[in-house]
Amino acid sequence: MRTISYMQAVAEALILEMRRDSDIYIAGEDVGKFGGSFGVTGPVYKEFGASRVLDTPISETAIIGTAVGAAAAGLRPVVEILFIDFLPIAGDELFNQAAKIHYMFGGQVSCPMVVRTAIGAGIGAAAHHSQSLEALVCHIPGLKTIAPSTPADAKGLLIAAIRDDNPVVFLEHKLLYASKSEVPEGDYVIPIGVADIKREGADVTLICYSAMVRQCLAAAEALAGEGISAEVLDLRTLIPLDKEAILASVAKTGRAVIVHEACLTGGFGGEIAAVIADRGFASLKGPIKRVAGPDTPVPFSPALESEFIVNADKIAAAVKTLF
Amino acid sequence: MGTAEQLGKTELLDLYRCMVRIRSFEEHAHKAFLKGGMPGFLHLCSGEEAIAAGVMAILGDDDYIVTSHRGHGHLLARGGDPNRMFAELYGRVDGYCGGKGGSMHIADMSHGMLGANGIVGAAVNIGTGAAFASKYRGDKRVSVAFFGDGSTNRGTFHEALNLAAIWELPVVYILENNGYGVANPQSDHTKLKDLADRAAAYGFPGVVVDGNDVLAVREVAAEAVDRARGGGGPTLIEAKTWRHWGHFIGDSAKYRDPAEHAAWLKRDPIPAFAAVLVKGGATTQAELDDIQTAAEAEMDAAIEYGRQSPFPDKSELTKDVYVGGGA
Repeated sequence: MRTISYMQAVAEALILEMRRDSDIYIAGEDVGKFGGSFGVTGPVYKEFGASRVLDTPISETAIIGTAVGAAAAGLRPVVEILFIDFLPIAGDELFNQAAKIHYMFGGQVSCPMVVRTAIGAGIGAAAHHSQSLEALVCHIPGLKTIAPSTPADAKGLLIAAIRDDNPVVFLEHKLLYASKSEVPEGDYVIPIGVADIKREGADVTLICYSAMVRQCLAAAEALAGEGISAEVLDLRTLIPLDKEAILASVAKTGRAVIVHEACLTGGFGGEIAAVIADRGFASLKGPIKRVAGPDTPVPFSPALESEFIVNADKIAAAVKTLF
Repeated sequence: MGTAEQLGKTELLDLYRCMVRIRSFEEHAHKAFLKGGMPGFLHLCSGEEAIAAGVMAILGDDDYIVTSHRGHGHLLARGGDPNRMFAELYGRVDGYCGGKGGSMHIADMSHGMLGANGIVGAAVNIGTGAAFASKYRGDKRVSVAFFGDGSTNRGTFHEALNLAAIWELPVVYILENNGYGVANPQSDHTKLKDLADRAAAYGFPGVVVDGNDVLAVREVAAEAVDRARGGGGPTLIEAKTWRHWGHFIGDSAKYRDPAEHAAWLKRDPIPAFAAVLVKGGATTQAELDDIQTAAEAEMDAAIEYGRQSPFPDKSELTKDVYVGGGA
């Protein structure tokens, strides 16, 4: 199998779907001529041009708000919000409109759209270009949230997201864009809502998604050297949440450590912990641990930013408190 | 007053009937709300009927409309079924949204009505998006977004109109200026006298029209819709009007000058149009009275239909959160 980058995998998914369905269009800031600020949509623009890859002004509410109207009228928009930090600007359009029109209009109208957006710290972009705001999105019924960690998952899940008849927020961690792995060619779909065990283990389950999967795999490797066998469960999709996969893994290992880059308080890890406490309590051999970002904005200075970001050492340290 | 000459009697009476039906719908809703049993908020468009009637008269069956919290008149004028509308206002199963939307969230896809909306100005972006869909497909549909003066102070108004301008979208923005954003008078929320002037900032026409003159509204709407359909891009139409009641039922609107209110009531669009029709010889008062009587009877029956429709089953609570269920 050929090896491509996460960024190429995203572009490939977009291109394949746009060839298949002429109702799909892309809109966003500099997604066209400029090729996308991270370079993701450049190849897509090259193939489909300005009629299907539309540059917009810096107008987040119009990007998502017009996508809602276009989707209600039958198109399948795939729009880009450059950084998730800008997503709250279009809070009404995403949270009040896209998420709700199917329900509040009694099922008459659907809103098949994808919002792609970049999350995460690690490039010195500071407080307004580095957040992981997935918990805000996950709190709103009507939205689906996907956060793939590998190029193959990014391709398969983006295709699934585009084919889904609901609004889907697709989170791409900016540190993953250059990462490479084997990705199946052609039509490749991963069902939304299915977690994936990225490393099998017997003693503890590391529950994670997006860029933290790599950190968890590194932690698991380090822990193996110390006689602790860690299972790495990549959620891939946050909403709908694969609760059965979480419970099955925790039932096997008896220990749960939840890892995310987002701030601890109100983070999605709390929801995962609640699921385990509620339905998997009997299998627990120790407390559920959360390893998450501190409750601070993301700082600029490299010395502080690296302290903000969860890493394999912090994960391994949390795991060891359970033994 | 716009001119009646170029329209036939059927068209003129259709405009009149449309306004009278809206007024009757609103009055029925008003009474029922005060009596109790109709939940939530109720934002009536009494006094603003000429805008809905005038605009809808020139739209094609395939065109889209999107509206606001004050949207009963738009849906009725678009051909909405008052039975299903009242059922929705009562939160009943036969309502347009099965009772899940209520007055502020009625949608009717069978009439290209992409929803009323509880967020001020949300229709501006959604209507722009529907217009994009039409341009993208080349299907020649036009989208009309209805919203109030208060919406024009939101950033979303700017973003949507600017995008519609640069993408040359087939959209008509109908700004129903009733002088108040809830209780906030226009003079307090903008320095502009005519909000249509805002269109100049986007490089497309802004037109002021007497929103209580159904023929004048029809005329400017026809021009704007033709322009949009022909690829000429958006138009902003400011229809100056007055709501007969407060922002919602329960708001006594004491913030309005009683003299100004009284003056506007004298400019009620329905009797004004009746006078034009009768004086111009297009019809007789008796014929107009018959229209009135028929509308009252229709709404009597419709509100009863709504009131007697069953409440949704409790299992409906969790349905239609997602297409295909789940999550």
